[in-house]
Amino acid sequence: MRSILTLSLLFSTIRLATPLVWAAIGGLYSERAGVVNIALEGLMLAGAFTAAAVTFYMHSPWAGLGAAMLAGALFALLLAVACIRFKANEVVAGTGINILFLGLPAVLSGALFLSSGSTPQVPKEELLPTVSQLLSTGLQWRILTDVSVVSLLALFVVGLTSYVLYSTPFGLRLRSVGENPEAADAAGVRVNRIRYIGVVLSGVLAGVGGAYLSIGQSSLFTRNMTAGRGFIALAALIFGKWRPVQTMLACVLFGFADALTIQMQGVAKLPSGEDVPVQFIQMIPYVVTIVVLAGFIGQSRAPGALGVPYDKES
Amino acid sequence: MTFLRGLLFPLIAVLCAFAVGALVVLFIGDSPVETYRLLLGSAFSWPDGIGYTLFFATPLIFTGLAVAVALRGGLLNIGAEGQLYVAAFATAWVGIKLAGLPAVLLVPLCCLAAIGAGAVWGAIPGLLKARFGSHEVINTIMLNFIAVALVGYLTQYHYRIPGDPIMESAPIGDSAHIARLGRFVPGLPERIPVNVAFLFALVACWLVYVLLWKTKWGYEIRATGQNPAAAEYGGVSVRKEIVLTMAISGALAGMVGINEVLGYRHRYYDGFSDNYGFTGIAVALLGRNHPLGVIAAALLFAVLQRGGVPVDAFTHLVSKDIVLILQALVILFVAAEAMFRGPINRFGFLRAAGSGQPAAGSKI
Repeated sequence: MRSILTLSLLFSTIRLATPLVWAAIGGLYSERAGVVNIALEGLMLAGAFTAAAVTFYMHSPWAGLGAAMLAGALFALLLAVACIRFKANEVVAGTGINILFLGLPAVLSGALFLSSGSTPQVPKEELLPTVSQLLSTGLQWRILTDVSVVSLLALFVVGLTSYVLYSTPFGLRLRSVGENPEAADAAGVRVNRIRYIGVVLSGVLAGVGGAYLSIGQSSLFTRNMTAGRGFIALAALIFGKWRPVQTMLACVLFGFADALTIQMQGVAKLPSGEDVPVQFIQMIPYVVTIVVLAGFIGQSRAPGALGVPYDKES
Repeated sequence: MTFLRGLLFPLIAVLCAFAVGALVVLFIGDSPVETYRLLLGSAFSWPDGIGYTLFFATPLIFTGLAVAVALRGGLLNIGAEGQLYVAAFATAWVGIKLAGLPAVLLVPLCCLAAIGAGAVWGAIPGLLKARFGSHEVINTIMLNFIAVALVGYLTQYHYRIPGDPIMESAPIGDSAHIARLGRFVPGLPERIPVNVAFLFALVACWLVYVLLWKTKWGYEIRATGQNPAAAEYGGVSVRKEIVLTMAISGALAGMVGINEVLGYRHRYYDGFSDNYGFTGIAVALLGRNHPLGVIAAALLFAVLQRGGVPVDAFTHLVSKDIVLILQALVILFVAAEAMFRGPINRFGFLRAAGSGQPAAGSKI
């Protein structure tokens, strides 16, 4: 009984951490390039809605996933144009995107599906598959392969990001425009172009995270289904000091806290015989972020030029 | 002329937002004309339309002012949502605990609870910034979630009437109720919930104007917002200003609790806020961080919110969520108003209209 509980806790952690990892690594590309990305929440919602709607019409989760990446990219581009081209305040513009995706999916699903904010159910066999479904492994391997393909890919993306960031010319440029755009510019790097790429990449990855929520973990889009996961991803990014592997570990920690909340509901009791209030476990990621930002647990230093638009003339 | 310049960009931003909104309505196959007629038309009928519009405007004036004061001080308060939740709960808490007191004592105490709780919750990110240099944007976002969880916990475990399936507190004492405007205004029925808190909101606007432009405190807040280094050199303690500004901002957001708890539901109702804190950002930006602008912008968003109901009911395909889209578009267009500056400067007659925006270079 005990081992079943721990095993299910493990899988539950993986499931809940997956969308966080995608969104946080997305945020990493944007923020390491120097553009604050408060819009992760909205971009995830864009991906989640698009994935569910496209999968419903096209009957293919892969089409849905691709469309989600495209939608994320498109609206991240909108954010990038506002912030980079027109020098909008990045936090304000990001908030605009977040509010847009409280409204837009609801209006579209109202018109397309005559619902009040959710898409129709996608049949089970059209959801993003688990590794065991994809490889049709035998029962004896089920226990190890019963994770979503998207979770496995998340691991791959973290490794890839680590490599790209620290071992490729593009990664060097990305970090340099985020740390010191003047110096990067003087060295011949096209600062704003790199920033556009960073922000659009963040949309693509956050879109995947959203798609996983709607056509991986569940089977439809519901109103505001991210429920703050975009902000938790942002918190994980800060907790992880804007580094890929640390950020992933932070996501796993926050996912674990979430999994614990679900498992403890109605099961665990305080010594006084009362339920453990879930609200206090829900607070963990947010409290941790504040504590980390204040510098109590090591220093978490943001990229040097984060939030500062680059103006060649000035 | 300066006044006209100040009006121009917000006006263009709203028109652009409505134009894009019309495209969305066209895209889903409904009539933009009909949608906008319902959206804007239903707000001006007497007494229901106007009464409800003023009721919806009340919290938005408070949160708009909150964001505006912070922006004047160079701070971006994304945390009005959390501040108003904590404050509303505190209001109800005092109203429940001291229910026996007479109205002359209880109402002021409840109001103080709203203002005080909002100020404390707002001052936390201020203190964190002043003491540790951690950015207020991230901290206010985190504190929003913490606030919601905290008051959710208190409601669920401690202040709910046993057996009540709804997440709401016990009712506050009768003497804590504040009057609905219908009691004084002939022709306005008392069933319409616009209440004395609306008058408080107008007073708050006037007070913020006096504070910011007629007092030394306000001068120091604005000086800090314009150029912290110069302010510090001029003898202003920037750290103190950061905490003070955030506390004032939080107090203003907290006054939403007066409208909600004392004037409307007479109890704490979990999840009552219809994104007031975030709409406050749109209100402040559109109102150029000026109290008069805040009132105008709050009224506009209240009209839209009121109009969302008939849009839901009487169009084929458009839902009231179109209001959220318009709000988001207004924020985006106001934030990116540099895009209008080029074409307008070509005409030359409105050069260099001052921007009411937060400095884009606020480092995180």
